[in-house]
Amino acid sequence: MRFSILVFPGSNCDYDAYHSIRHVLGQDAEFIWHEETDLKNPDCVILPGGFSYGDYLRCGAMASFSPAMERVKSFANDGGLVLGICNGFQVLTETGMLPGALLRNRSLSFVCRDVYLKTENTALPFTRSLDKNRTIRIPIAHAEGNYFCDPETLEELEREKRVVFRYCDRKGNVTEEANPNGSLNNIAGITNREGNVLGMMPHPERAMESIVGNTDGMGVFQSLLAQFQKTGAY
Amino acid sequence: MTRIPDEEIARHGLTPDEYQQICGFMGRDPNRVELGIFSVMWSEHCSYKSSRAYLKEFPTKGPQVIQGPGENAGVVDIGDGLAVVFKMESHNHPSFIEPYQGAATGVGGILRDVFTMGARPVANLNSLRFGELNTEKMKYLVHGVVEGIAGYGNCMGIPTVGGEIYFDQCYAGNILVNAFTLGLARTDRIFYGTASGVGNPVIYVGSKTGRDGIHGATMASEEFDEGSEEKRPTVQVGDPFTEKLLLEACLELFKTDCLVGIQDMGAAGLTSSSFEMASRAGSGIDMYLSKVPLREENMTPYEILLSESQERMLLVAKKGREQEVFNIFEKWGLDAAVVGQVTDGGRFRIFDLEDKLCADMPVGAVVDNCPLYHRPAAKPGNHDKITGFNPETIPVPDSLNEELGALLASPTIASKRPVYTVYDHMVRNNTVFRPGSAAALIRVKGTAKGIAMTTDCNARYCYLDPETGGKIAVAEAARNIAATGAKPLAITDCLNFGNPEKPEIMWQFSESVKGMSKACETLNTPVVSGNVSFYNETMGEGIFPTPTIGMVGLIENIENRIPSRFQHPGDTIILIGKLTGEVG
Repeated sequence: MRFSILVFPGSNCDYDAYHSIRHVLGQDAEFIWHEETDLKNPDCVILPGGFSYGDYLRCGAMASFSPAMERVKSFANDGGLVLGICNGFQVLTETGMLPGALLRNRSLSFVCRDVYLKTENTALPFTRSLDKNRTIRIPIAHAEGNYFCDPETLEELEREKRVVFRYCDRKGNVTEEANPNGSLNNIAGITNREGNVLGMMPHPERAMESIVGNTDGMGVFQSLLAQFQKTGAY
Repeated sequence: MTRIPDEEIARHGLTPDEYQQICGFMGRDPNRVELGIFSVMWSEHCSYKSSRAYLKEFPTKGPQVIQGPGENAGVVDIGDGLAVVFKMESHNHPSFIEPYQGAATGVGGILRDVFTMGARPVANLNSLRFGELNTEKMKYLVHGVVEGIAGYGNCMGIPTVGGEIYFDQCYAGNILVNAFTLGLARTDRIFYGTASGVGNPVIYVGSKTGRDGIHGATMASEEFDEGSEEKRPTVQVGDPFTEKLLLEACLELFKTDCLVGIQDMGAAGLTSSSFEMASRAGSGIDMYLSKVPLREENMTPYEILLSESQERMLLVAKKGREQEVFNIFEKWGLDAAVVGQVTDGGRFRIFDLEDKLCADMPVGAVVDNCPLYHRPAAKPGNHDKITGFNPETIPVPDSLNEELGALLASPTIASKRPVYTVYDHMVRNNTVFRPGSAAALIRVKGTAKGIAMTTDCNARYCYLDPETGGKIAVAEAARNIAATGAKPLAITDCLNFGNPEKPEIMWQFSESVKGMSKACETLNTPVVSGNVSFYNETMGEGIFPTPTIGMVGLIENIENRIPSRFQHPGDTIILIGKLTGEVG
């Protein structure tokens, strides 16, 4: 399976995604510089974490206007798979590919630690190998991960089962204490109506090897691979 | 030319005797631009004039050492064609004046020191000292410093994997912010700060130059008084995004073969980088200030030369290869400009914005012939009194449980989780032992190896007995490294002390260095880089002597690592070593 990883000048989790895909999963990975207009024919595009253009303006605001993002939009419109992680999620909301916005954390500080996630929708290409009844432990590392949208959008996201991941405790209880950043309804990740674009604040690519103490991030990528091996395409 | 008034010379931190030496080397009185250059280059911060004589005691060699002190950072071989490049540096004075920017630019500066050697930074640590957390001011300082370290490191994508924090009233007027960075490099691709090859272009890259941080190095070489708040404009402002671009551009440049030498523009900016590079090569430089990218209008040569604007590097490329350098920096959206040429004869000539000669100085006088002081050292008068305390006189408390609770609740001992969760400590996917462990451990991708790192110093011991305290600091670091399963390789240090012009401070310094040297020799951990921060005094009150150690260890097969937490219920707990009733 072939992944294209966008590289903005301030991306800093681009190599982590590359390493996990190439060296852990043994799949193809290519970097796409933000000024490029050729996505190199991917099966899935990854928008990695980092600080795209420094993010002194709203996070991801400038990245949404880059030439490569124009191509990513049409790729997604044609049904291509797009996974935005952390800053990538912020870019996806800035481009309007996903609704809502990521506000400053309730604590007003950056937070880096493991959180537990409940997978709410396992019918997506990103989540089919995951189990609704089993929580996964995934690291977060962000200052702006506080998901916000208007009440109508929130109602729509919930009704259409587009909330993919929710922050929860170890046992799967979605509680206020388990919410690390103040996100509405403990939202950690959402998808678009078509289910081919996923944005999530937690970093599955940081949890793929026992040497770093955690392999719970494999689920997202195994879902993609299993589906790909079955059909050869999407 | 009229002679510069004595008050102005004094304001530049130069003594009448030092001024006389300058006139001797120059064969005339210096002009204002030249005086400014001498002022920063002969400042304690840049010249190590009070400490150099003692630093020679440090063991600095060993089969593992590729580069010891004297370069931008130390380089140590870890086998398989790889090296670790590391250094620790203080940013104490700026962080007290403006905690966020002071700490942030401290991280930025140490990162540049490491990547200028050809290494990709892969881990940050820090060592922090604050006063007791009982004033709003101190809470503000702690918050600002932590946020500043996070703001810079997180944006750069370099994990902050460990460190230490102590709270003691002796730091209430002088907090310590020591930042450590470790990078990985190929042993055949180490770069040095040298300006060799007559005719080679001297190229400025990175951010434009502004008026920020002028005389920061001189500020760091003075005690604080009531007016220190007014020095806020001498604290630089960091831009981690630009530094990230600079890092990636430099790493791309290192893969070409067009580079001769490169150095970070840190303290004393354009001046120290260019003079030091010329000094190492025994060359000279002709520099044209009209070519320097400027951010502000009407800057004088004095301001351009002494600015400490951040995120800038100076490099020397092979003649004819300029365009390759420009192409790389253009890709990353950064300025790059030829600002001079390497010359022979060891003279440094500077041309002003109208291309008129405004400074003409012998490189050797500025860099190599700076003063060297053997300042008087004497044991403090109250030393016997403070060491005469007998811990046996402390009564045994009624409730040990209560005392234990109180101990664990004290900020110095309590968990530092609220601090280290503000730092991204996992980015780059290498963190094996996270903050909160005895030492941090990262893996080296593509090998079976792991690198352990720690920062340590118990300054109270150094206050009571600086020689033993220096030994203890090194030994503690070595224990932390060994506890992970790694073998200690080498150290860097940040020697934080009071005013060296006071004999008792000089005594603390020389004794600490002696103790550290003995411990380093015994443990075979040479000193490969480091930094001295004197004048950590406010209103005449000095800090505890704080020679912070940053130690690095190697574990050949990371599968043999040992975590520093209990693993299974029922496991046997064994205490190794003797308890002899130490307090501290």
